[in-house]
Amino acid sequence: MKPKKWPRVLLYCVLILYGLVTLYPFLWAVLAAFKPYAEIVSGGLNLLPEKPTLDNFAYIFTRDPLFPKWVMNTFIVATTGTILNVIFNTMAGYSLARLRFAGRNYWFLLILAVMMVPGQILLIPNYLIMKSLGLLDSYSALILPGAINFAYIFMMRQFFINFPKEIEEAAQVDGLNRFQTFWKIVFPMARPAVATQAIFIFLGFWNEFMKPLLYITSPEKYTLTLGLQSFQSQNATQWNYIMAASVVSIIPIIILYILLNRYFMQGLRIGGDK
Amino acid sequence: MTSVPHSNQQPVVPTGRPPKPKKERARKGESLQGYTFMLPTILIMLVFTLIPIGYSLFLSFTRVNLFGGVSFEFTGLTNYSNALQDERVWIALKNTVRYVAFVVPIQTIIALIMAAVLNSGIRFQNTFRTIYFLPTLTSSSALTMIFMFLFSLNGPVNNALVSVGILPEPINFVNETQFALASIMVMNIWATVPYYMTIYLAGLQDIPKSLYEAADLDGANAWQKLTKITVPNLAPITNYVILMGLIGCFQLFDQAYIISGGSGGPNNATLTFSLLIYQYAFKTLGTMGYASALAILLTIVIFTVSMIARRLNKEESHY
Repeated sequence: MKPKKWPRVLLYCVLILYGLVTLYPFLWAVLAAFKPYAEIVSGGLNLLPEKPTLDNFAYIFTRDPLFPKWVMNTFIVATTGTILNVIFNTMAGYSLARLRFAGRNYWFLLILAVMMVPGQILLIPNYLIMKSLGLLDSYSALILPGAINFAYIFMMRQFFINFPKEIEEAAQVDGLNRFQTFWKIVFPMARPAVATQAIFIFLGFWNEFMKPLLYITSPEKYTLTLGLQSFQSQNATQWNYIMAASVVSIIPIIILYILLNRYFMQGLRIGGDK
Repeated sequence: MTSVPHSNQQPVVPTGRPPKPKKERARKGESLQGYTFMLPTILIMLVFTLIPIGYSLFLSFTRVNLFGGVSFEFTGLTNYSNALQDERVWIALKNTVRYVAFVVPIQTIIALIMAAVLNSGIRFQNTFRTIYFLPTLTSSSALTMIFMFLFSLNGPVNNALVSVGILPEPINFVNETQFALASIMVMNIWATVPYYMTIYLAGLQDIPKSLYEAADLDGANAWQKLTKITVPNLAPITNYVILMGLIGCFQLFDQAYIISGGSGGPNNATLTFSLLIYQYAFKTLGTMGYASALAILLTIVIFTVSMIARRLNKEESHY
């Protein structure tokens, strides 16, 4: 059922048009990051910079005292958060799928139920809990509440339910106990599922705005998202710097997206199955 | 990418696992192992999800004092009755509902159309998908920066509109009462369509080709095939997309905060319900309990609207 010729042309027009709508804002942002301030405020309609310059990037990395710190902070928080998630979610998913323990089904149902709870209801109590634990204004406040993810626990459980039992039995015959089996055999074999969750969790931490806004008060501990916002309110209409900073904050994600596209698409398919 | 699968996944629950005769000791060992593996999850869920749910309810009936330590003063239903008389609550509710009413239908329809176009046997499907997905990967913070630049006084949108002659002079969209929320709507539709489009695409690939072939034999045109086959067959997906859209839109916060610098301005135009909760909880003194009551009310609104949407959708899909 190939479409006839003229609707086909129309389809491609729609696709290309939508592609332009998608890319156009990014193009403006990226190219504005290479324009000097005067060129941006002069209000020309030129997409391409007339006098391309790297000064904006040089400014945010060398003259702005905090920007490089924010990049580092975001890397630390996102990486630590991702590692914890991968370990904890995989352990929980494995346990729910494979180990028989009292109350297992209740825990599973509870996890399904709390997935429905909207974040707003947790904001204020979590802030008070952080306060009483003395964790306000620390990276732990950003990492700990997000160190597990119910949706990915669920995903890992589904993965392990379909995981061949023979492999674990063989490992047990070889004298490995449950923990050794998990770490040495099962975990490495779950790599595709682990990679998928790792990517989306990293993305979630990288892009998180609300938690740093609530929990972090010292500017030198900001993550990029919050930093960008404060950078913008300080630099008002210095769009050349703001765009350079925004572009820098997006680049690591784009690199991941290109390198790990296969896992991205896999993760989306999991979303799509619902 | 993170939500609850419903009925379709349920049958996989291994309740009917063949009973293996095992020794009592092995059982106990396995129970211990099970809880050891679950321990981090149980602890974190307890401290940062389960306790907070109860805590939140409790807070909503109190006045919270944050001087020195934290102390509470029980005030009964005062917070809730105050909410009904608070003008800003109604403004926030109106803004949020208006936002939801525009964004959810438009993003759902565009996502469905784009998915259908992508799935129509064209080439380079993956290339297009890869490009389309970019906005969904980008943080709300960077996206808002980009849009604030595009819509700024010297920005490309104003320049283009003025040079074509649509506008006599540039408009500061983000700071104008009538345009601020609309700017956020445009931006978020643009940013979330690709995600829902991907979900639709997966659904489209599950519709049996034979249905379309039969329609071709009957001489159906493209429009008839879309309305009689594609849309009805996608009903469960549409249900999911609308639900997720509703839940997400009701919680709008980041973009409204960034555009207004946290104030909800100009003139309360970008004051969303979540932003209002934030302001009462963290920006004004002594209103944390009140903010908790508002959070509970928002949760109730989200649940109610989701239930209604689900009910309506079920009735519709009987046809």
